[in-house]
Amino acid sequence: MSLRVERPGMLTSLQDLGRYGYQKYGVVVSGAMDSVALRIANLLVGNKENEAGLEMTLMGGSFLVEEDLLIAVTGGDLAPVIEEESIPLWRPVWIKKGSLLRFRASRSGCRTYMAVAGGFDVQEVLGSKSTYLRGELGGLKGRALSAGDKLTCGGAAHRFQHLKSSAGAISFAATAWHVNPEPFINLKETVIRVIRGGEFDYFTESSRDRFFKEDFRITPNSDRMGYRMEGTPLEMTDSFELLSEPVTNGTIQVPKDGNPIILLADRQTTGGYPKIAQVATVDLPLLAQKKPGEIVRFKEISLAEAEQLYLRQELQLEKLKAGLSLKVDETA
Amino acid sequence: MGENIVGDKPETQMKPLGDSGILVQFGTEISPDVHEEIKAFTDCIEANSFPGFIECVPAFTSVTIFYSPLLVFQMYKGQGKPEDLSPYSIVQSILQERLKSLHTSKRREKRVVDIPVCYGGELGPDLEAVAKYHQLTPAEVIDIHSQAEYLVYMIGFAPGFPYLGGMSEQIATPRHSSPRLSIPAGSVGIAGMQTGVYPISTPGGWQIIGRTPINLFYPDKNPPTLLTSGDIVRFKPISIEEYKEYKETVL
Repeated sequence: MSLRVERPGMLTSLQDLGRYGYQKYGVVVSGAMDSVALRIANLLVGNKENEAGLEMTLMGGSFLVEEDLLIAVTGGDLAPVIEEESIPLWRPVWIKKGSLLRFRASRSGCRTYMAVAGGFDVQEVLGSKSTYLRGELGGLKGRALSAGDKLTCGGAAHRFQHLKSSAGAISFAATAWHVNPEPFINLKETVIRVIRGGEFDYFTESSRDRFFKEDFRITPNSDRMGYRMEGTPLEMTDSFELLSEPVTNGTIQVPKDGNPIILLADRQTTGGYPKIAQVATVDLPLLAQKKPGEIVRFKEISLAEAEQLYLRQELQLEKLKAGLSLKVDETA
Repeated sequence: MGENIVGDKPETQMKPLGDSGILVQFGTEISPDVHEEIKAFTDCIEANSFPGFIECVPAFTSVTIFYSPLLVFQMYKGQGKPEDLSPYSIVQSILQERLKSLHTSKRREKRVVDIPVCYGGELGPDLEAVAKYHQLTPAEVIDIHSQAEYLVYMIGFAPGFPYLGGMSEQIATPRHSSPRLSIPAGSVGIAGMQTGVYPISTPGGWQIIGRTPINLFYPDKNPPTLLTSGDIVRFKPISIEEYKEYKETVL
């Protein structure tokens, strides 16, 4: 089964849940920016959660479906259509071969994920199919998709065969039910929850105060490596040289100019700037769906709260997984 | 002699890196002794990890341990009330136990890696400037740079990029005020008190004094890098002919 890229969109790459285990060699983790959306897309088509899917950014691509395909689209809404007919999100969709699947400009959110049953057949590099664009590593030849690329999909869709018959002469069919994303993400939310970073106390009192009270804007100079934020510059109590040490997804560091940078999926493994805060893991998907130009505010929570939120989210995903496996079985 | 027990040291501190990482700090100054403690601790955790462990990332004065809060929680949840169970606290107490019995040995066998370098000329465009800056001849800079043994404190910045300690102050040179747009892979440079090798082509402000024909990063192998934290590096001067020959045999 395969997909042919007619138009790649603004930035489309293969991502799974990241390349872990090699950070001590300086190898960047990468992976889906909104990992929860990718996990749900995979579960919807019967894949393992960590299978690679397509991550599209702001303006999606067009794909010629060359074999019958079972897909799921989650995350931000890049308004996918086949022949002007909208493809619904958050559910399995069966697509007939020969259809042209087109994603368009973002209606909500920044990034959309498309999983296909069986996954994408590309070589794993250091245990992952994720694309690290700057390092030209993994994914499809280490790069973003471009027009003419052919993606081989992993295997025939045995699930949801009833969708095929219900489609009849039209080009696609979707289930009537869908996964409700509300327990996981609310795209209208603008508050990002954070815990204090290792060097929080080195910032001046007024900077610490402002960090939690004022707006910060995501600048256009933001990408998968990190979001550069703009607000009233933050100041340190005195000049402070930090030795390089590891950073992680959601680390908020503040270089000399005082404008915070939120490190994201394609961050370097280590950094030397003071860390004012750390985004709670549960809010990373929300941040990944914010577009350049949008405003966010940071709200302090405790480590214990961040852990509880995370555990609650994972239990919710476990429940969803159990529920979906029943659906997948009854229609197999 | 030559051994000490790390867990008794008051300098050893732990703090969270978000909700899925913990940083163990062994000191505040870069030193070979602190490095040995980090190395011993990293080896100990990797050899005998705990449920939910993801990976260790050693740095100059600290090592960060990444874990899955969910797996940690699931492994230990039978042992207390769920609201008392913080994955961070669980990992912290596991690591504290490990620290108590951790020994470092000054006699650790270190792997020595020789890196051939063609100094100066087109491959080392800043060699002359570095020599001039210190009122040395280029040959003297090469001697000083290639006679030292360098300890790989950590790998970071780029895949396989070594942070090396042990360069002579005699050749310490400030970075270029504006970085070059692209420095070829294999370039050997000086930046302040540091020396290093660029594993992949990247922009950078280092003073480039030579280039190695060998690869420092090969993603299709495991481990994927020539160097790893704790290695000793020596730079071996080679001629441009040897450089070219080396390149041909590698390709």
